[in-house]
Formats: sequence, C-alpha cells, structure tokens
Amino acid sequence: MLPGMITGPRDNDFTIRIANVNGTGSASANALLMKSFFRMGIPVAGKNYFPSNIQGLPTWYEIRVTGEGYLTRSGRVDIMLAMNAETYKKDLADVAPGGCLIYDSTWPRHKLLARDEITIIGVPLAKMCNEKFDTARSRVLMKNVAYVGVVAALLNIDMEVIRDSLNQVFAKKANLLDANQVAIDLGYNYAQENFDCPLSYTARPSDKTAGHIMIDGNTATALGCVYAGATVGAWYPITPSTSVMDAFTSFCHQYRIDEESGRHKFCIIQAEDELSAMGMVLGAGWNGARAFTPTSGPGISLMSELLGYGYFAEIPAVLIDVQRCGPSTGMPTRTQQADIMACAYASHGDTRHVLLFPANPEECFYLAVKAFDLAERLQTPVIMLTDLDIGMNDWMCRDLKWDDSYQIDRGKVLTAEDLEKMESFHRYLDVDDDAIPYRTFPGEHPKGAYFTRGSGHNMYGAYTEDSHEYLEVVDRLRRKWETAKQYVPEPVVDYAEKNRVGIISIGSCDGAVIEARDHLRGSGVGLNYLRVKAFPFTDRVQEFLDAHDRIYIIEQNRDAQLHSLLLIETRVNPEKLISLLYYDGLPISATGIVESIHADMAKGVAA
Amino acid sequence: MSYITKPRVIHPKSPRNDLKLTVRDYEGGMSTLCAGCGHDSVTSAIVQAAFELNIPPHRMAKLSGIGCSSKTPAYFMRQSHGFNTVHGRMPSVATGANAANGSLKYIGVSGDGDTLSIGLGQFCHALRRNVDMLYVIENNGVYGLTKGQFSASADLGSTAKNGFANNQPPIDPCRMAISMGAGFVARSFSGDKEQLVPLLKAGLVHKGFAVIDVISPCVTFNDHEGSTKSYAYTRQHFHPAIQADYVPPSQEIVAQYNEGDAMPVEMHDGSKIILRKVDTDYDPTDRASVYAYLERHQAAGEIVTGMLYYNDSLLEMQDLSNIVEQPLSTLDYSQLCPGDDVLQSLQDRYR
Repeated sequence: MLPGMITGPRDNDFTIRIANVNGTGSASANALLMKSFFRMGIPVAGKNYFPSNIQGLPTWYEIRVTGEGYLTRSGRVDIMLAMNAETYKKDLADVAPGGCLIYDSTWPRHKLLARDEITIIGVPLAKMCNEKFDTARSRVLMKNVAYVGVVAALLNIDMEVIRDSLNQVFAKKANLLDANQVAIDLGYNYAQENFDCPLSYTARPSDKTAGHIMIDGNTATALGCVYAGATVGAWYPITPSTSVMDAFTSFCHQYRIDEESGRHKFCIIQAEDELSAMGMVLGAGWNGARAFTPTSGPGISLMSELLGYGYFAEIPAVLIDVQRCGPSTGMPTRTQQADIMACAYASHGDTRHVLLFPANPEECFYLAVKAFDLAERLQTPVIMLTDLDIGMNDWMCRDLKWDDSYQIDRGKVLTAEDLEKMESFHRYLDVDDDAIPYRTFPGEHPKGAYFTRGSGHNMYGAYTEDSHEYLEVVDRLRRKWETAKQYVPEPVVDYAEKNRVGIISIGSCDGAVIEARDHLRGSGVGLNYLRVKAFPFTDRVQEFLDAHDRIYIIEQNRDAQLHSLLLIETRVNPEKLISLLYYDGLPISATGIVESIHADMAKGVAA
Repeated sequence: MSYITKPRVIHPKSPRNDLKLTVRDYEGGMSTLCAGCGHDSVTSAIVQAAFELNIPPHRMAKLSGIGCSSKTPAYFMRQSHGFNTVHGRMPSVATGANAANGSLKYIGVSGDGDTLSIGLGQFCHALRRNVDMLYVIENNGVYGLTKGQFSASADLGSTAKNGFANNQPPIDPCRMAISMGAGFVARSFSGDKEQLVPLLKAGLVHKGFAVIDVISPCVTFNDHEGSTKSYAYTRQHFHPAIQADYVPPSQEIVAQYNEGDAMPVEMHDGSKIILRKVDTDYDPTDRASVYAYLERHQAAGEIVTGMLYYNDSLLEMQDLSNIVEQPLSTLDYSQLCPGDDVLQSLQDRYR
C-alpha cells in the first residue's frame, strides 16, 4: 500500500512511529516492541531517526510491520506514539488519514491539536507511572515501557512474547524485570479497559521470520572482520561508524582471548585522528597483519593522503566507510550515499580504489570478509561503503552462515622457505603477468628486505625519477585494476522482464528498489534491475548497460555519483541514463521511486 | 654526494660482530644529502650502533616521514625493511607495524619539521602509547628540501640565511617528551659520535618509546653566523650533563667509575647503561628536577645533551594492550576464526 492513501484495517501491514525525547531510555522500549513482532514471526523493519545529541532533542523511531517482508521505510505513519510535546504538532500532521495517534493525556491537549480523520487515543502514561514509581528517573523510563503495553493491547501483540523478551533482557537484573513488567501491565490494562482493542490494525502471528535474525550492519561488519581474521583495528570515533569498533571489541573479548595466557589475539588502537588510524592500518598491513579502520565521510577526507600511499606502495588495507549526510559535518546522524566519488578516487595523483557496496547487514558480514581477501590478493586498500541506514538500524536478514573449510586468501606472499630458494627478490616485478607483484613480510628472511616508499620507484623497488621506470610502475598499476575485475563480486542482476528499461542501483537503495519494482509490476511496468556490488565495474555491468535503452540510476546523493562513475568507467551512452536522487537524509522509500518512474514514463508517452 | 656508487668490498680483516657481519653489512645506499650534512654522521652512528648490538639486519624496520632526515633510512642497513611514509605520519605507521609484530626492532628517523610541525600530534601520541621504538629527530631548525624556511625548533632570534630573525618560541622535543611521560629522553649532537653511539644503542635496547633529539646542522641553509643550529654555535654551547655508556648483556662493567657519579641501569635484556654525571646535582630519574635543570641551562643558552631522563618502569604498547607473545601477523587463521558453531550460537541474541 502506498503512502498518501487512506490507511485502513490491515493485518501485519502498518507503520508505527514513536516520537520521543533523546536520552529518555526509549531505545530499549522501542527495541522490545520491534522484537515482539519479529518473535511473532512477522517481518519488521526498524528505522531510527535520532539527533546528534546526548539528551533533550527530539528523536523518532519507526517500526514497519510488513507481512510481505519489505526492508525499507514505508514513507507512511499509521500509528503515531506522540510522546514529545515539542514535536506534537508535526507528529499529528504526519499521521496518514485513517490512522491513529496515541498521546500522553496526563497533560491537557489544546483542542486545536486534533484531526477528524484520525483516531486519537489518550493514555495518562506519566500520571500512572508517577503513582507507581518513586524516583524521577524511573518515572521517565517506565513511561516509555508503559507505552509498549498500550501498543501491545491495541495491536493484539502476544503478551507472552513480550514477557519472554523482558526475561531475556533482564535475566540478571530481577528488580528491573519486575519494574518493566509492572509498567507494561499498566499500559496494557489501561488500554484494554478504556478502548476497543484491538484497533483495525493487528499483529497476526506468522512464520516468516524463522531462519532470520535482526541485526545492524555495523555489528555484522564487525563480525565479518573477526571471521576474516583481522587482528589490528585502528580507528577514531565518528558517527555512524563507532559501533563497528564497539562490536569488534566485544566480539574479540569473547572469541579472541588466548585461553592459556589470557592475552589478546588482537590489538585495537583508538587513534588520535583518522590520519593516524590510516597510518596504523598501513603499518600493520605492511607488516603482515590483517588490519582495518571503520570511519565515515570526514575520516575518508583525512585518510586520503595515506590512501594514495597505500595504492602506490601496494599495501593491503580495509576501510569501512559508514556514510552519513555531508558535506562537512553535515547531518551526522542522517544517512546518505555521498562518498562514492570521494572513495573511488581518494587521494591526489592517479589513484583508483576497489570499493564494495553491501545492501544490508547480511552482505556487510560476507563482504567484510571479501574486503580482506581482495586487499591482500590485490595488495591495495579496499573500501567497503555502507551507510547509516544499514550500519545503525536493525535489519531482518537471513541467518549468517560460515563455511568452516573456508581459507582466507593472503595473496602473493613469499615465505622464508620461498626466499631461501630464490636468487633475489624484487618487490614490484610483475612475475606472473597479472600485474600483481610478490610481497614479503618484514623479519621473515634477509633476502626479503625491500624499501617501501611513496616516492617514485622502479619495478625493483628502488627510488627513481626516470620517466620510463616510473611509467613501468604506474602502467602496471593500471593493469592491476583490470586484474581486479576478475576478483571483485559480480553485480546482482535480474533480467526478469522482457523490455529494455532497467534500474541500476546501489547499497541500501536495494530494499526500496525491490518494493518499487513490485508496485510498478502491479501497474504493468516491468523493469529489469542491476545492483552494483563492487568497483571496478565488471563486464556484467557493461552488458546490462548495453541491453537496455533507458536506465534509471537510483542512489542517495545530490550529485548523481554512481551515475557519474558509470559515465566515467563504462562505455554507456549518456542519453540512456536517468538519475533518480534521494538525499534528504532519511532512508530511501519505495514511494518516491514509484512516483518518479511513473512521471518519467508519462512524459515519454506524452512526447 | 651521489655521483659515485659505493663499492661493496669488504676487507678480509674487517672486524666482525657476533653475527659474523662487518660494519659494511649495516650500511645502505649512497647518501644524496649535501656534503657535510649532520644527518650523514647520524647515519654512520646508527650503522655503528646496530653493528655493535649484533642486530640481524632483516629483523629491523626503519621508518621515516618526509624531509632530508627522512631520506636517511635509505642510507643505512640495506638489508632491513624500510618504510618511507608520508610527511609527519611515520609514528602512526610505526605504531601499526609494531602492533602487528612486536618482535622486530623499530627505528624511526624524522626531522624537526616532520616531528614538531606537521607530525607533532602523531609524535606525541606514539610517545603516549609507549610504542617500542627508537625515535631519532635529526634537528637542524630549518626546512632543507624546500630551501630554508624556519622550523618549529628554530630558536628565538636565530636568523635565516636571508637575514630574517625567527620571532616564535621554539618547541623543545626533549622537554615536551619529558612532560608527556616518555621513559627515555636524550639529546646529542651529530658531531659527537662518542656520545651519540651509546645513546643510540641504549635507545634501541630500551623497551618502549625512546626519543633522541640530535642537533644535526644543515650545512646549506642553517650553518651561518646568527644561526643557533650551526656547527660552530652547537660546539660552543654544547653542555653534556650526563653521559651514557652502554654495556652489553653478560659483559662485566670494566671501566672505573667514581661512586656517586655513575648510575648503572639494567635494561630488560640484561644489558646496562651506565649514566655518568657530568653535573653532580643531576638526577636523570627525577622528572621535575630534570625539567627544571633543562629550563635553567637552556635559558642560559646552553644546549644540554646526554641521557636526560630515564624511567624503565613503564609498560610498552604491546604489554599495555595485553597482546599475545606471538606476533599477531604470524597467528594462524585457525587461531583467529571462531567457526560456524560459534556463529550459529551467537546469533541467538539477534532473534
């Protein structure tokens, strides 16, 4: 169902938005609510719209209950939990006609703050909690938990599921468990006694979440780094990437402690800035460890000089860019895909970097592992670009799986035994004619020593200012870029439709594109689809471009960066490409895509 | 001085160290610095120190930033692994390298521009982390490769070649390092190999971040009258406060020292440094008094040199981070991947 349309009675197809104040503990109440749907077997998508602030500013959390399993924002609000007086007016206006708004009726509400075409439900949450709980802090916290009870009654959520979830969360804190249970019952009972429960929207138990988890992309990325065998993580805290290292730290403390000595099989360094974080990653990568740094746009800017060094001196490194709204500080708690160009050509001089674009947390896990393999195989920095939407929101994904027979690809590394047998070793010789030279780890063998430099060097690794020698090296690097195409993941391609109109998209747009295609197919518009998963673009991308006459490029930035990259790096006729751009900082929804494509097609018909 | 190739001929009677290597085995490529550059003297002191310490060349990593000083790792220890990084970022690269493998010896060579201007932050933070490395600053008060601008170590009133006087106060890397908690801080002069070589040896053996600020005059841009970093000025104002002798492990202290004037300090590997006081009131283990001494003497225009401050009780980065003994870079993948069983059970929390 598309937004703008009047909302009506529906099972497992509605969106709840909770408007609250930052720092009041609403996150755990919202998570509890979302998990409850998930545990009833109903697919959900959670989106957190939070301010760059610790306490006091407005914050919204949105739960889309979606029996069809769509992963993106619906763009519509059916049920608003208006817990923030400051934003009440806007929240009221945002409810779709036919929807409902729940507010805290402890305080009187101005009579103008109502709408006829929606149902308004007042629950004296603060009053009930003030009577029940003693301390100011617990009154604020429990008010949030109480609304979970209200919603549970109104939507017919299974209270057993909620109780189980609470038991799990507070397994070791019995007093908190009791208080939370009391608060939930307060809300639940009040709603049952005062309103016709359930509403026209109901949560109906389903079986669509079996074999799935709810996980955020940063956690999945961190898990990927653990499974890839990364041992050195250097970073500078920056939203929205910070939780990558938080999660990596916590996984390492669980799974990377040497049993005998109690010592760490990892080293995590909080650097003084992103320049330093990047330097540490290069130092560790050069020295034979798998090393990475999570960051966001401003960090990429600071890392750029060393990224160019890594490219030219051919040092493996993995960067995770959890993109946020730029430019400059921009809107650090809002999402965007606006670092594509900055990452593709980061640094001065002729540089190009291998990029990976996961679409969801599941892909974050697998592509993080891939990033390390590619970095070592190709001896170059690899940047995995996610974004705030993927990184910080909980997504429903298929269970993560690991093949225990998997062996990581360390690329062309000469061991001490190899070196012993060799006459001599030269770092930048193209021995195998694939433009990838051999490398050695410091300390392995006297014959393995070489000098790493960002200044001009010849194929033997020696300093040079000779044009011919310089060209031999940089031209080989260009050939290595061609070799990279054999190793990077192929795009996800769907040629289901017979016509010659298609969509190319990237990363977190995927969910919205899938949903939009379903709607468009319903109205007779079938579109093929290619989602790029890596840069350099492989032949499959060129084939798709060649096979279509009109291609919508859907991405989340103002300047059409994926579009530009396709123009630069493929042989596509520019006339065929049409940009559909979303860059307001909110996760992309299907609505805009459907409308834009309909409008564009109507234009075509009119012409 | 790069127009001839240095022949690699080793005289059969050249002295050999415990590894049967000669000094020549610790040398590098021909220097491309100006004739008479202080840095070349530092290079030969490093060669001497590494030779005498019996360091297997391939077990040493030599890192640098950008600038004249940072070119020098190409001129010593050709069999060592070199890493000429970008400007001011050597400390972070050395930190990452050390995190990956703490079993190698690390020497970082930097200059006053690379350390005190563009790289000031990284220098401070590598020091705070107590990365196990020797950090040598070849300090000449001037930017050489860009032809003669003042650096942040230029003294007040010191004049440039074009006659302009510097009007900004200098940053003294030694006082700064002491104030930030470094465990090994020394100053020397490129023209005093007798003082410098034992300091380099002690710095290479020291477990943790060792700073040696070496006044190393720039013959082309900062060796004129009016400069406070010239050879003449440095020789005139050179003030050794405390000398350090290095005694290898299992070797007896044979020299005679006067009681009270000499302080032997045992290093982690059993070697010793004997600190010989030139000024009897000097205590290199008392941070506050060292700082005050430096303030007093430097205000009087003296360049205080020697083993200025020593504290061997600090944990270096690997231990501070509680990293396993075996270098992380050599851990087998099977020791690092938790496997599918773990993955399946850990996902319960996400259901």
